[in-house]
Amino acid sequence: MASTPAGPVITGLGITAPTGIGVEEHWAAVLAGKSGIGRISRFDPSGYPVRLAGEVPGFDSKERVPSRLVQQTDHWTHLALYAAEQALADAGVDPRELPEYDMAVVTSASSGGTEFGQHEMENLYSHDSTWVGAYQSIAWFYAATTGQVSIRHGMRGPCGVICCEQAGGLDAIGQARRLLRRGAALVVSGGTDASLCPYGLTAQLSNGKLSTVTDPERAYVPFDAEAAGHLPGEGGAILILENPQALAGRGRGPGYAQVLGYAAGFDPAPGTGREPALRRTVEHALADAGLAPSDVDVVFADASAVPGEDAAEAQALRAVFGPCGVPVTAPKTLTGRLYGGGAALDVATAALALHHQVVPHTAGTAAPVPSYELDLVLDAPRHIPVGTALVLARGHGGFTAALVLGSVRDAG
Amino acid sequence: MTKRAVITGVGIVAPGGVGREAAWDLLSSGRTATRRISLFDPAPFRSRVAAEVDFDPAAAGLTPRQVRRMDRAAQFAVVCAREAVEDSGIAGEPVPPERTAVALGSAVGCTMGLEEEYVVLSDSGRRWLVDHSYGVPHLYGYMVPSTLAVEVAHEVGAEGPVALISTGCTSGLDSIGHGVQLIEEGSADVVIAGATDAPLSPITAACFDAIRATTPNNDDPEHASRPFDRDRDGFVLGEGAAVLVLEEKAAAERRGARIYGEIVGFAGRSNAFHMTGLKPDGREMAEAISSALDQVKLDPTAVDYINAHGSGTKQNDRHETAAFKRSLGEHARQIPVSSIKSMVGHSLGAIGSIEVAACALALDRQVVPPTANLKNPDPDCDLDYVPLVAREHRMDVVLSVGSGFGGFQSAMVLARPGAVPYERS
Repeated sequence: MASTPAGPVITGLGITAPTGIGVEEHWAAVLAGKSGIGRISRFDPSGYPVRLAGEVPGFDSKERVPSRLVQQTDHWTHLALYAAEQALADAGVDPRELPEYDMAVVTSASSGGTEFGQHEMENLYSHDSTWVGAYQSIAWFYAATTGQVSIRHGMRGPCGVICCEQAGGLDAIGQARRLLRRGAALVVSGGTDASLCPYGLTAQLSNGKLSTVTDPERAYVPFDAEAAGHLPGEGGAILILENPQALAGRGRGPGYAQVLGYAAGFDPAPGTGREPALRRTVEHALADAGLAPSDVDVVFADASAVPGEDAAEAQALRAVFGPCGVPVTAPKTLTGRLYGGGAALDVATAALALHHQVVPHTAGTAAPVPSYELDLVLDAPRHIPVGTALVLARGHGGFTAALVLGSVRDAG
Repeated sequence: MTKRAVITGVGIVAPGGVGREAAWDLLSSGRTATRRISLFDPAPFRSRVAAEVDFDPAAAGLTPRQVRRMDRAAQFAVVCAREAVEDSGIAGEPVPPERTAVALGSAVGCTMGLEEEYVVLSDSGRRWLVDHSYGVPHLYGYMVPSTLAVEVAHEVGAEGPVALISTGCTSGLDSIGHGVQLIEEGSADVVIAGATDAPLSPITAACFDAIRATTPNNDDPEHASRPFDRDRDGFVLGEGAAVLVLEEKAAAERRGARIYGEIVGFAGRSNAFHMTGLKPDGREMAEAISSALDQVKLDPTAVDYINAHGSGTKQNDRHETAAFKRSLGEHARQIPVSSIKSMVGHSLGAIGSIEVAACALALDRQVVPPTANLKNPDPDCDLDYVPLVAREHRMDVVLSVGSGFGGFQSAMVLARPGAVPYERS
């Protein structure tokens, strides 16, 4: 009989990602190395230097989200509404049975309802202001997803929205942990993103980090000698986190994993010559978890595939774990980078790795840069005991976060 | 011992004046900064009034490079952060960069930059497949609101936790609440906390027109923002920013810092009712207020002043009047309640931080800012709203509240240094 976990427990997962809809589809694709990258279909990408992205296959909002909400919200929120519904069902929670103020929603947002916003700006500029619809005011802004999930499930606790670009998924979970420590029973967290519209892609192109390689198998290959940037994607994951004490009384399963540690830091301003924040953020997260580097069984890397950023991440990992000191993986090559949803999906995948005791591999990367000295999990999943996983995320401008997950199988 | 966050620096950019003292001059005078919109041609819109900041970025100390790169909201935030840091005197202290954090709020991020660039790339809305070849290098920085926090972090040299909090119109209270958490849990020694919004652009005007949330009172712009008045008919959009320096109390005392006030309680609740609609009973806001007071075991009768959300929409002012009565009981009738939105408009996410900054100054100066334009009280809003003129008033504990799209309700309790005992429930 396992003892009560020390940290908040991830008890439910909802996934809407290029790897699939739902936990089973996603996990099967991850283990098989089945990529969700393809030519962009949401608009004609032929005029753009990047034409590949990760889209959620077969996601028809009208079938998955109540029609009123399809109209009132952006695709980004559709993906989250469906994932939240799945996650609650997966956790076996009926929100009507929990105290309304003890449930909260904290999501990560990156760029809001970009596609909806582009449509309404088009209405404004190609016609006039009377063409702008009533839902622009609630669909475009960054709080749309949290607000709609809170309303749909009657969650009246302290809700939140964290925007730390691609690191935000971990920070949202960090905030969920704070709320659980202060007495919340359940927090819906994670995040999604969907900026695959012409203006969204154009904005992403401006930072020069997207890969223009046209072979979908070779376009996003982090830590590889041919790494040339990354691809964008849509979707993400919604997670249910519960207070372990509250969970213990309910006679359900142990959940997927527990949150053992978390830390956030920020890179120095350019030109200061100071060390990036990643190494010390990892150390702070491990200290927060009360663990040593040797306790970590796998690292889910940020894996930007921008060569300078790969080198910096490898350097931080070497500094903490030693050369080839820990298995490192990046299943996100199958989805592209999901911005507000990316780190959330990584946490879901890491939780599944702990649950199933297998480390998924990094598909695509073939020839890692030798000087990185990373033990990359390549070619096939690695079947090793997984007790502790470290998830890393970095966001544009210097956001850095680290989350430590532990197995709930032999907790305590 | 419980750590507690205190305010040691205040920076404000608000309509009516750039800088903390200019803002307080306006707020304590009862003058209004609302006028016909000049930042764009408002003629095609239903609501043509706003509270604008007369802001000259160069005069405010920004370099030409910063001005080119930064959206107006980022410019406001950086100028405020600079003023707050200078006010606090923290720059001379040996605080390690990794112990300095940023918690910045914004409801709509870099909307102006995003919209201006859209107009160029889409050829004024003619092209759905926008022309990427004209994209400016900082376009991505406009698309993600996190850029605002990045700019502030670089300005102050913060390398601790940095976050942009975006919960619509409660963003400015929630970001400071987030910063307080970082101090209390020991993740940072100093937090640069505040919020910024510069939403005065055609798309924002159009989206509030579409739901008739903003005032159609275009003939009398100076008197258009009328919280709690019988004739109120919607809010007046505003812009601006406020940034505070938060420090751990014992450390601030050790260095002999000037302390404006302590933040002793903060709580948020959601109504889970409607994205824009409010139930008249004010139940969830009342719950947030009670929870914030309860964190330091304060009785409702300890509250000396309420800085209201007071947006001037029909539903909001009734909703929060009910919330005050529900949470404070009879005591709600005995204390001053005012809305500075009557003077500086509603700057969406920023206003929550501007209001907390105003509370810090009110505590420091023992003066309650008034509710301007309140000439014809609404019988449904029957509290003491401090009409027209500021009032000297003894205050130990003040409450600031916010309410916003998404159904979010937030409440923050500030106290004069030493006024509230230490135990935390």
